[in-house]
Amino acid sequence: MVGYIVRRVLWIIPVLLVVSIITFSLMKATPGGPWDREKELSPRQIALLNSKFGLDDPLPVQYIRWLVGWPTDDGGFQRGLLLGDLGPSYRYPDRSVNEIVADGIWTTVQLGVMAFLLAVIVGIPLGVIAALRQNALPDYIATFISVLGITTPSFVIATLLMVVFSVTLGWFPTSGWRGPEYWVLPTVALALAPIASIARYTRASMLEVTRKDYVRTAHSKGLKERTVVLIHMIRNALIPVVTILGPILAFLVTGSFIIELLFSVPGIGRFYVNAIGTRDYGLIMAMTMLYAGAVAFMNMVVDILYAYIDPRIRYS
Amino acid sequence: MTELPDDIQVETEEGRRLAEQLQDSRRHARKLLEVKNLSTHFFTADGVVHAVDDVSFELDYGETLGLVGESGCGKSVTALSLTRLVPNPPGRIVGGEIIFDGVNVLKLSNEEMRLLRGKRIGFIFQDPMTSLNPTLTIGYQIAESARIHLGLSRRAADDRAAELLSKVGIPRARERMGDYPHQFSGGMRQRVMIAIALACDPMLLLADEPTTALDVTIQAQILELIRSLSAEFGTAVILITHDLGIAAGMCDRVNVMYAGRIVETGAVDDIFEKPRMPYTWGLMDSLPRLDEKKGERLRTIEGLPPDLINPPNECRFAPRCRYARDICREQEPELTPREEERHFARCHGTEPGGWIQ
Amino acid sequence: MASTTTALEAPVARRESRGLWRDALDRLLKNRLAIVGGIMVILLGVIAIFGPFISSAFLHPYNEQNVQLTAQYGGRPVPPLAEPGYILGTDKLGRDLLARIFDGAQISMTVALVVQAVVLLIGIPIGAIAGWFGGRIDNYLMRFTDVVYAFPDLLFIIILTMAFRETWFGRAMDGLLLVFVAIGVVSWITMARLVRGQLLSLKETEFVEAARAIGVPDRRIVTRHLLPNAIGPVIVAVTLGIPGAILAEATLAFIGIGAQPPRASWGSLIDDGRDFVRGDPHLVLFPALAVAIALLSFTFLGDGLRDALDPKLKGKQ
Repeated sequence: MVGYIVRRVLWIIPVLLVVSIITFSLMKATPGGPWDREKELSPRQIALLNSKFGLDDPLPVQYIRWLVGWPTDDGGFQRGLLLGDLGPSYRYPDRSVNEIVADGIWTTVQLGVMAFLLAVIVGIPLGVIAALRQNALPDYIATFISVLGITTPSFVIATLLMVVFSVTLGWFPTSGWRGPEYWVLPTVALALAPIASIARYTRASMLEVTRKDYVRTAHSKGLKERTVVLIHMIRNALIPVVTILGPILAFLVTGSFIIELLFSVPGIGRFYVNAIGTRDYGLIMAMTMLYAGAVAFMNMVVDILYAYIDPRIRYS
Repeated sequence: MTELPDDIQVETEEGRRLAEQLQDSRRHARKLLEVKNLSTHFFTADGVVHAVDDVSFELDYGETLGLVGESGCGKSVTALSLTRLVPNPPGRIVGGEIIFDGVNVLKLSNEEMRLLRGKRIGFIFQDPMTSLNPTLTIGYQIAESARIHLGLSRRAADDRAAELLSKVGIPRARERMGDYPHQFSGGMRQRVMIAIALACDPMLLLADEPTTALDVTIQAQILELIRSLSAEFGTAVILITHDLGIAAGMCDRVNVMYAGRIVETGAVDDIFEKPRMPYTWGLMDSLPRLDEKKGERLRTIEGLPPDLINPPNECRFAPRCRYARDICREQEPELTPREEERHFARCHGTEPGGWIQ
Repeated sequence: MASTTTALEAPVARRESRGLWRDALDRLLKNRLAIVGGIMVILLGVIAIFGPFISSAFLHPYNEQNVQLTAQYGGRPVPPLAEPGYILGTDKLGRDLLARIFDGAQISMTVALVVQAVVLLIGIPIGAIAGWFGGRIDNYLMRFTDVVYAFPDLLFIIILTMAFRETWFGRAMDGLLLVFVAIGVVSWITMARLVRGQLLSLKETEFVEAARAIGVPDRRIVTRHLLPNAIGPVIVAVTLGIPGAILAEATLAFIGIGAQPPRASWGSLIDDGRDFVRGDPHLVLFPALAVAIALLSFTFLGDGLRDALDPKLKGKQ
């Protein structure tokens, strides 16, 4: 088990390395430079800018610089990605990516965490109840929500929620992040698809567990139905559900920027979308690495969690 | 309004002892288990399957009864019916009576039935690999029954579980209480199942093919374990098996089942030495024997068991029986007595005065 | 022991089995949801192929603006059923919403096809090689897929499309081909793992061993025994993977990547309609409904296929 954890942690390194190479290559392969803005710059200005940002050096050098760092002219050392510096923003020359990210990251994290908690707290019980009361009202409700979550893109849900609860009913504000009432709509919009997946998966898992022999053994021992369900069935049913938490976390990370865009949540998501539009390479690369790193890390945590809660893997 | 044994309801220590005494005295006068005309059917999309059809038998306190028959004859469903564990849907007990220790099982509420299970009736299932919960320690799974039915504290229940574990032959029982099922071999897991079944010292142990999934060498050990423990605690056992050899070695009495019916029943020696039903002969005959010549073909019973969806009104074995005559195909025989005491057979031909001798 | 003549007349406990595919088809046809899904899928296919002709002939071309009409409504979109011929109304430029939704259907069905084609082209070979050879090859391939898997899907697609936007490939089909292929490139992993899993487990099964023991040559084992077992899950995976592809395309179109005007992806329709959601919700509702129907249809069909091909997996009794 310890060996597994160690291997899993170490595995992240080559993964992220490859991701960084791919990101870097794709960025460099994109035609059009970071200077294609409204203002027409003279070739000399462009050359100067390129030189300043080291954009005319050989690619591998640029890569190392970006990743690790390079000594500056005045004897100091400019740190790279691995050492914590996410680089300059080409669009906002007076702000580094670190600053831009620091501005919004906690908001984004908060939104993601809330949506995740909502998804788990609502999704799992929904799935369990739907499985236990097959073809009864709870099953239909759960199925309805599942279907809604699966078939409706998050941006549609967001729009509809906005229309109903914000514009028409006026219960919640449409944009901003100034207090708890601002949190509700974005969180729900983001959480609906995960709720649907989790509920669906939990239901399927519970149904499978229902037919297992050890459930029959539990009944033959004369245990109360509640005991059988809570202690014998749910423990086993939830183990496979953990496997989808990884992809769900990834979804929350990447899907958040759309929600942030729609609800004008001041997180890093909207910066990302803007950066794409304005070809701000520095921002794009750094944020892609950030997202990828977060996803890789969370997948690793989920994998380790899975190994831990299944005794068959933990003690083997 | 049920006839639940008093000891489950009575509160005080004295009252309980009194009720026990009463129970004991009444027990000498009756059987542990009386099954009368039990029928369990499965309602499927293809029709109603008469898995268990009008089955009746008795079991004495402390007796070991064998339920023998081929796959699909209804022996497992009979056992499940005794504890009302038949999967519903699609199965259902549709008729008959089951009197267990003076209590009419089929009239109990679900809650009362639950109290019987585990405490009075223990179950051992066929496949030890899947019958244990993989996410709970075996110590927990054994102690669970004791805690719930006997009201023992956590610690007392664990002690009892360790005792049981050691009694079923698991070495270093105390240390292994915290282990998980996957850390045990098949034979050891079955021992754990036995410990679970016997945790509350039940009166009846239902063993559904307990050794079928195990190696032959382990089989003998497990069977011996069941035998010695049931003798020690005075537990009655219903042993379900398709293996005649096992039945011969373990049981006091044997019921031979075929196509949802009991076709012969009697003391084990009587059944093996003087079988009175062609199916039973066929079963005995099909056992490979050491004194056979090499190269001789094994004997089988030709044909297949009948479809249980619409059982015809004839002897169900008639299509495969070499001794069958017209009456066999017109009228299904009843279980009628034979020479020996408590030896019954369902066959026209072997009745006194019949054409088979 | 001779059997009696009546053995032939006795009811025998045997059910007929008519082969894997017939049985599966029977089960599928009993599943009403799956049939509904299947019909909708066929309908969508028809609309996708003949949509432009239908709308040009009976309605209005999807990119034809009708500003005079909207002028009658104060420059705002026309509500549904308000004007003859504009069944679902129009957008603010007077373009027929139904016709545009048809165009969106064409885009979505093309997405489904192209993405799954890419998925099959990449996923099956990789999965098959990993599964059949096992060992080191399997190891390296699986690590490779781990890397691809670690990449957040949407981000990767965005970067890919941006990188190749200006190439000839990127310009094919107005940039749509690039988007579709990009979606496929991030989606093949499930298929590869599936195929690999199938081959790995089937390789070692007893019936393969039995076939070998009887002397069946390897090639026949693969074609007659392994592939038929693997095809089922592959078909299911393809069908169930389509909703994801359609959703991805809609999301990308929503943020401006992929379909450009005058093409009307359902995602871009919703984006366009966002501003009018208060007064003219039909601009958002109908494309959203279209997305929902498409997703549901493929999901129902896929679930039905899965239940039909492996009833053991079925949850309901």
